[in-house]
Amino acid sequence: MAENVETVKGTSLWKDAWRRLLKNKLAVFGLIVMIIMVIAVIVGPAIIRWTTGYTFDYIPPEGELIKSFPPSLQHPMGTDDSGRDILARVLQGGRISLMVGVISTIVSLIVGVSYGATAGYLGGKIDNFMMRVVDIIYAIPYILIVIVLLSVFGGPNTPEWIQSIANSLGGGQGLSQIILLFFALGLVSWLTMARVVRGQILSLKNQEFVLAARATGVSTTSIIFRHLVPNALGPVIVYATLTIPSVMLSEAFLSFLGIGVQAPFASWGSLAADGIKNISVFPWQLIFPGVTMALTLFSLNFLGDGLRDALDPQTRKF
Amino acid sequence: MLSYIIRRLLIIIPMALLVVTLTWVLIRMAPGSFYSGEKKLPAAIEANIKKKYGLDKPVYQQYGIMLGNIVRGDFGDSLKYEGQSVNEIIRRHFPYSATIGILAYLLALAIGLAAGIIAALKQNSAADYGSMSLAMLGLSVPNFVLGPILVLIFSLWLYWFPPARTGGVLSYVLPVITLAAIYAAYIARLTRAGMLEVLRSDYIRTARAKGLSELTVLLKHAVRGGLIPVVSFTGPALAALLAGTVVVERVFAIPGLGNIFIQAVLNRDEPLILGIVAFLSILIMIFNLLVDISYAFLDPRIRYE
Repeated sequence: MAENVETVKGTSLWKDAWRRLLKNKLAVFGLIVMIIMVIAVIVGPAIIRWTTGYTFDYIPPEGELIKSFPPSLQHPMGTDDSGRDILARVLQGGRISLMVGVISTIVSLIVGVSYGATAGYLGGKIDNFMMRVVDIIYAIPYILIVIVLLSVFGGPNTPEWIQSIANSLGGGQGLSQIILLFFALGLVSWLTMARVVRGQILSLKNQEFVLAARATGVSTTSIIFRHLVPNALGPVIVYATLTIPSVMLSEAFLSFLGIGVQAPFASWGSLAADGIKNISVFPWQLIFPGVTMALTLFSLNFLGDGLRDALDPQTRKF
Repeated sequence: MLSYIIRRLLIIIPMALLVVTLTWVLIRMAPGSFYSGEKKLPAAIEANIKKKYGLDKPVYQQYGIMLGNIVRGDFGDSLKYEGQSVNEIIRRHFPYSATIGILAYLLALAIGLAAGIIAALKQNSAADYGSMSLAMLGLSVPNFVLGPILVLIFSLWLYWFPPARTGGVLSYVLPVITLAAIYAAYIARLTRAGMLEVLRSDYIRTARAKGLSELTVLLKHAVRGGLIPVVSFTGPALAALLAGTVVVERVFAIPGLGNIFIQAVLNRDEPLILGIVAFLSILIMIFNLLVDISYAFLDPRIRYE
């Protein structure tokens, strides 16, 4: 009985948030675009292969003089320098870009939530010390360190444990570079998450249900992760949604510098970076990957904003 | 307040050393070095070079020497650009980055504040939705996409501005706009949110009740409070401005510090990397301190012990 009452109450809170989200037109727009984008990225490459035979790395046979064709019916986004279909490459690249965004955000979630929750719940000197550490790391121009990290550990210098993960997943050098990116980006974007979670936990930890849990002898770890963290989920989801586009932007930035995603893999960032070289002659090489990426980030940002308004009415932007 | 400032200034030194140490450890942990390039040096020459740069000593001694030099402000000579000290290189290239950085921040401030205040005053109007959608667009278009597209339109099609640095004033227009876009967007959003909150607060109602004109209420009371989120964004903005300048300098071929840093990292030019990292870290931390101090002037409720 008691359980039933609780679940009904729980769903009504989320339902309420969902209803508020659906009222926000821009957020709904973002949600729809993201659903379409994710489906397109997952099934798109296969559909193109079946219908036209193009894959992201299909290079047409020699003999054609001009290989970079402008958009046409055959190639909706045109072709690149080697004659590869840009639509197929953009869809394939979207897999990598979205994957980097999501997995790095998960890494930052794991680190940030555990760190923030622990600091918030334990409180006192430990909290003070842990948050000082966050303040210190916050002041570091981390982008410089990420650039150094990726360029000295990128390419042939990737640590062995990352290479072995890549090998066990069936990918070679390119994949281990991407795995390196997950960690590099995830490990620098957990700081704000830790602050958000700590703030939530501080306001929750003195409530009766925590006292009840402690009185019945629940361990500290389980109080933090079973009782407190689920109650702080709203802001965490909001912040995670906003972390994905910022991580994707960082990935694109690093790929633009040539130390992010590398061939044979491609991401929206690396495709756009390739396109920049030919901007004056073949502008479609930059415009299509760039616009696809911008549209995705645009939608994710609107969705994140909408989620914040829906899940966290207090911090609403009126 | 004074003791707070002194304490914060003193913290900057160990923190900058921490950043330098972290960078140094990363460089040293990775296999290979500046000298493991394509061209293999004869063993004797390599030994001599290593001796010259103190690379033949034990690692902990090298670390100590490196740290000692940095504390004295001497970053040594670049490995790549022979005979040029890191200090010289920074002095020569930083002005380019600083110029476009400062101009971009000022432009972003002007556009962002104006758009944010108008959006807040005319909440839910077409102007509000329009400027906020534009701001969201600014947040979503990566600057390395925006830059080349601006070049395509304004340099290659319209011939208004040069596509790369020529030294003239006109050649700064496109880089500054490219760099400013995302900050203008951030500032507009923060200003709008901050202004909306302030406009509802009690002290604004008091000011209005006193019979002050709407313009006085807005400029003397509301803007000051509404600016706090914008000021607190300055710190992160500066750090991000760095990443932005790296991109913009590459796109527009500007010989700034960002470009030099990327080159140094790719060349594994250790003294140059460490020098630039130390320089920029200290710069950013000092700016963060200035930001924190300026809070106290904007919001009398904030006090530092």
